[in-house]
Amino acid sequence: MASLAATFGRGAMTNGWVDIKNADVVLCMGGNPAENHPCGFKWAIEAKKTRGAKLVAVDPRFTRTAAVADLYAPLRSGTDVAFLLGLCRYAIENKRYHEDYVKLHTNAPFVVSEKFGFDDGVFTGLDAEKREYDKSSWAYEADPKTKAYALDETLENPRCVFQLLRKHVDRYTPEMVERICGTPKEQFLKVADVVTSTGTAARVGTIMYALGWTQHSIGVQIIRSAAILQLLLGNVGRPGGGVNALRGHSNIQGATDMGGNAEILPGYLRTPLAAQTTLAEYLDATTPKTLNGQPWPTMNYWQNTPKFMVSLLKAVWGGTATAQNEFGYQWLPKMDGPYSWAHMFDDMYRGSSKRAGADEPGPEGLISFGMNPVATGPNSGKMIAALAKLKWLVVVENSETETPAFWKAPKEYGTPDVSKIQTEVFLLPATLFAEKDGSFTNSARWAQWKWKAVEPPGQAKLDHEILARLFLAVRDLYKKEGGKLPEAVLNVSWAYGNPASPDLSDVLKEINGKALADLPDPKDKTKVLKAAGQQLDGFVQLAADGSTMCGNWIYSGCFTEAGNNTARRVAADPGGLGMFHNWGFSWPANRRVLYNRASADKDGNPWDATRVGIRWNGEKWVGDVPDMKPDARPGEFGAFIMLPEGVGRLFAAVLADGPFPEHYEAEEAPVDNALHAKVTSSPVAKVFKSDKDKLGKKEEFPVVCTTYRLTEHFHYWTKHNKRLNQVQPGFFFEVPEELAKEKGIANGQKIAVSSARGRIEGMALVTKRLRPLKVDGKQLWQIGFPIHWGFAVEGPHAGPLANFLTASVVDPNTFTPEFKTFLVKVEKV
Amino acid sequence: MAVNELEVRRSSASVLGFLGGARKLPTVSKYIDTSTCIGCKACEIACQEWNDLPEVATVQAGSYQTLPDLHAGYWNLIRFNEMEHGDTLVWLMRKDQCMHCEDPGCLEACPAPGAIVQYANGIVDVNPDKCIGCAYCASGCPFNVPKFAEKTGKMQKCTLCVDRSRVGLEPACVKSCPTGCLHFGTKDDMLSLAKGRVAQLKATGFAQAAVYDPPGVGGTAVVTVLAHGDHPEWYGLPKDPQVPLGVKLWKGFLRPLGFLAVLGAVVGAFGHHLYHGNKGHVDPGPRDPDETGTAA
Amino acid sequence: MDLSRRAFLKAGTVGGSIALGLDVSEARAEMRDLKIARTTETRSTCPYCAVSCGVILHTLGDRAKNVTGSVVHVEGDPDHPINRGTLCPKGMAIKEDISHPGRLTAPRVRKPGSDTWEEISWDDAIARIARHVKDTRDRCFVEKNAKGQVVNRNPGMGMIGGCTDTNEFNFLQWKASVAFGVTYRDTQARV
Repeated sequence: MASLAATFGRGAMTNGWVDIKNADVVLCMGGNPAENHPCGFKWAIEAKKTRGAKLVAVDPRFTRTAAVADLYAPLRSGTDVAFLLGLCRYAIENKRYHEDYVKLHTNAPFVVSEKFGFDDGVFTGLDAEKREYDKSSWAYEADPKTKAYALDETLENPRCVFQLLRKHVDRYTPEMVERICGTPKEQFLKVADVVTSTGTAARVGTIMYALGWTQHSIGVQIIRSAAILQLLLGNVGRPGGGVNALRGHSNIQGATDMGGNAEILPGYLRTPLAAQTTLAEYLDATTPKTLNGQPWPTMNYWQNTPKFMVSLLKAVWGGTATAQNEFGYQWLPKMDGPYSWAHMFDDMYRGSSKRAGADEPGPEGLISFGMNPVATGPNSGKMIAALAKLKWLVVVENSETETPAFWKAPKEYGTPDVSKIQTEVFLLPATLFAEKDGSFTNSARWAQWKWKAVEPPGQAKLDHEILARLFLAVRDLYKKEGGKLPEAVLNVSWAYGNPASPDLSDVLKEINGKALADLPDPKDKTKVLKAAGQQLDGFVQLAADGSTMCGNWIYSGCFTEAGNNTARRVAADPGGLGMFHNWGFSWPANRRVLYNRASADKDGNPWDATRVGIRWNGEKWVGDVPDMKPDARPGEFGAFIMLPEGVGRLFAAVLADGPFPEHYEAEEAPVDNALHAKVTSSPVAKVFKSDKDKLGKKEEFPVVCTTYRLTEHFHYWTKHNKRLNQVQPGFFFEVPEELAKEKGIANGQKIAVSSARGRIEGMALVTKRLRPLKVDGKQLWQIGFPIHWGFAVEGPHAGPLANFLTASVVDPNTFTPEFKTFLVKVEKV
Repeated sequence: MAVNELEVRRSSASVLGFLGGARKLPTVSKYIDTSTCIGCKACEIACQEWNDLPEVATVQAGSYQTLPDLHAGYWNLIRFNEMEHGDTLVWLMRKDQCMHCEDPGCLEACPAPGAIVQYANGIVDVNPDKCIGCAYCASGCPFNVPKFAEKTGKMQKCTLCVDRSRVGLEPACVKSCPTGCLHFGTKDDMLSLAKGRVAQLKATGFAQAAVYDPPGVGGTAVVTVLAHGDHPEWYGLPKDPQVPLGVKLWKGFLRPLGFLAVLGAVVGAFGHHLYHGNKGHVDPGPRDPDETGTAA
Repeated sequence: MDLSRRAFLKAGTVGGSIALGLDVSEARAEMRDLKIARTTETRSTCPYCAVSCGVILHTLGDRAKNVTGSVVHVEGDPDHPINRGTLCPKGMAIKEDISHPGRLTAPRVRKPGSDTWEEISWDDAIARIARHVKDTRDRCFVEKNAKGQVVNRNPGMGMIGGCTDTNEFNFLQWKASVAFGVTYRDTQARV
């Protein structure tokens, strides 16, 4: 999601599931929605049936999505940047881009500093030793007179973003795409023709992607390539358009929104860094500045960061947060460097970490609510070895998974002798969705309340009750015994009716926020807009002076004085575009399509009158909840209100690995980079270096391997589900027919697949759906296998851990592992 | 128990049963658009769950297909067929189940009175109370559908969720279908839906797209859209299904001769011949690539 | 051959039970009752992928005090704008996830060096875990980093999870992580 935030301003699926029915072209790439999101995919089928939309699938495998697509093109796993930049090039060279949109809603006219450059696979500012870029040269130029952004609206200045992009993508000819991706040129051109047909006001296209793009060492830049393509085609902000990130867990969006990841707090506020020693310094560093000169003014909505942050601090610390104590800012833990998944387990395995130049302890304890790192983390052997070094491990789960059972892992994973594993492991019985109320937020940002149907079995407890009881027990210990910084424990606000098992409605109210003092009406200061204690209507009412509290500003509006808006169930859709404003609550502000100001032209008229996102009626914006100040006249502000430039970024100077995407091979590269053999893989991908982090070379491991899910199973959860086991009984590899012939492997026969990390055995499903690809003139094989199995069940439905083969190589922006492309060898058993 | 009843249009091995009831109901129908089926198997599980069918043991043997064939405890099966068509790779998926024929060969073959009925709404159903498990129905079925259940000694197959459709609900499989490749309604409505989809397919390059509603069995209450309508066998469907000649003879001649207990042995032997004679009539479905080269 | 023997036997029975094919079997037939006619319906959200399909959980009984309402059937919610009553195979099979023999029903602990689980009471489990959290926090707490900046963090423990639980749980979890001083925080969004 880092790339969507960098390009558009928010890291979330831009449109909605039902909205996909409004598309003229649906590109499924980096995802296999028919397999993984079948009920959302229905809206792609609906577009086909009702609008004659073209469904295009681009994937290393001929997937279930491909089976019902109008057009399929194969590509080599991990080469999506080349394919997508090839599409960008095709759009520019054939004038298939939406010129009015590009000029109005993107940074195409912005002039970039002459210090910026790109040469032989490397952008300016690389520190090859530290594998980091100094991004200072990737900057816009300021107009010397106005001090505002320098612009060239003709798009002819060779240093304007448009010309830089054109030059950058010029290398991605159809021939080069074929060389890199292995996609036959004719097939690429067919896809290019269909996809770029949406670069007009009358047509619109969408992209559906998922972890097939995310899980690469260049995952963020793959998605950036798609985002750039959609901006060029004028497809962002429009009904039927967008870049739709299809998330894989029921509340993965909500968990991220609530600050589940180390580097963010609830509402995508940044986690404080050590250098931000005061609240003022933090706010100064994290509130974006804009040059903001005419004619590109911007709302720069993040300028409200102080209101969001102070309201969050009031939610955490309650009455103990005051202006005098920086609203408790000092009690928040501060970061030195990354603390992501891969870093956590690496530090756990090594027992320490280097922070701010000195050694600090690594984790000796771990609490996991419903996660299964042994199965889901890369390099399972390292995961197990890391857990074996813990003093204590707490796993809260519905059934025994590989993680609480790591000490029972088969020896082939390198598991230490059980008597040597000194970890005390607690396995606590939790509840599942049917046994509790509460809201989930779907991929399309719809928060929806659900209702408890049954009691949990036996002594199983609600997860939030387990958490609350643990918190209260720790707090009691600090009350009794004192300890390190006890204020941080004692001052956390936990003012729920039943502190040991909070009512989730109370928590959602806290997330929404309320007035702590009477809030004056900004239009008439003599009136009270909200009396102290009242629920807020939305984040516009938040204040930076401590007079409001709000647990997550983007959710403000979800539980107002009118009640719980996530529980709304009015399935009315008067516009017919699938927005359903009275069904649940969609952050932010119940807006259904993000950046919808871009669905209209400079005068506020929709690009396509049959698919109106919002339109200017002379006084205000009408249609969807506008992603714009409702009464701001067209031209007053740019369409991308979360970005300081106010426009979508074709050039984004904020990412770790370049302002433009570039094709790099996976860290385990099957071939040299055809564009720059000296820089084959990303020069800044994060590679871990412990003795467990082995990487394979193409000479020993010549086959490209990828992993994926099946529609019949869910992640690592369902191997005990008798119905699902019936329809997909066990582990298998998918092997191309030609490779099987070469190796003498028959369908159904047992084979072994090994990487530099491990070796697993299973049955070969020999198929035509994986094809040999000619890459740079050479034949290359790809195989793949689904991930769903493990050792935590006994009997026929047990199977190898997929990630035993994958590597701890991560994207430098998101630290997401490269699960989708790694090297293996294939042998008959 | 009138509330639990539905009038019968025809009933096996009975005279009155063939006269039909007093009420006229439209035939209810399942539409299957194979061109938008993603083979997700939601319908398979919906069928198992709704009908409370116990799991059937399966093994992964080199295919996405759950079982090689329908089973007494598995009434709904997606058939997968991966093949090259010219230079195009296709991965065809079709939901297989009882076709609910207008002229049901199973009913005609059945010697047990009232064991197979066709309700007023067209659904063909096995009445377990009356079924004797002789498997003659299987010999009458050109689609190889009814299966013998060892445990109950009865024949079992899709009921078109008659317990649901009777009260106005769609069958469980249709309701579950994520892409809408399954649809439920009257036969007339499903036929017009199918014709519309075929026209769409023809316009997008599938010149041979067709509705599969075979006249040899009087049409079926399952209306299937095939993008490759000239090759129903690619989907595991017989090209021109007919009620087997032996069954027609049985219905027209042998059965009226009577069910004399003393002829039981003869009948049994004949039934055996019919049943096994039926084998090979229907493509058993792609399973072993060594045989078909089209596994998975 | 089994079949022919069975057919033989059955044919005999048939012959005995009907009158020469002149049976006047009734023109009505009985069938199963609609099994969800009187179940309680609860609206929920599918716990798998992020489409968030509406599901209806059918439970036994009418929520009366004397009923334990186990889930007897699951169907898609036809009113839900996204899935409109449909469900994928996983959604259709949720019932088997809600209740299956592998569900955990009591807290367990595996002691250091042991090769087996032992049951433990909730009170003991919470008390022992709280002790671990406190001891780790106090032992590993970093007040100032090597540069002398106040960081107030506890690198001694990690907290992960939440992608399968409610927004409300996630917010509480984040609050608790602040209290515990945790910087190693992560979710499934990363992997």
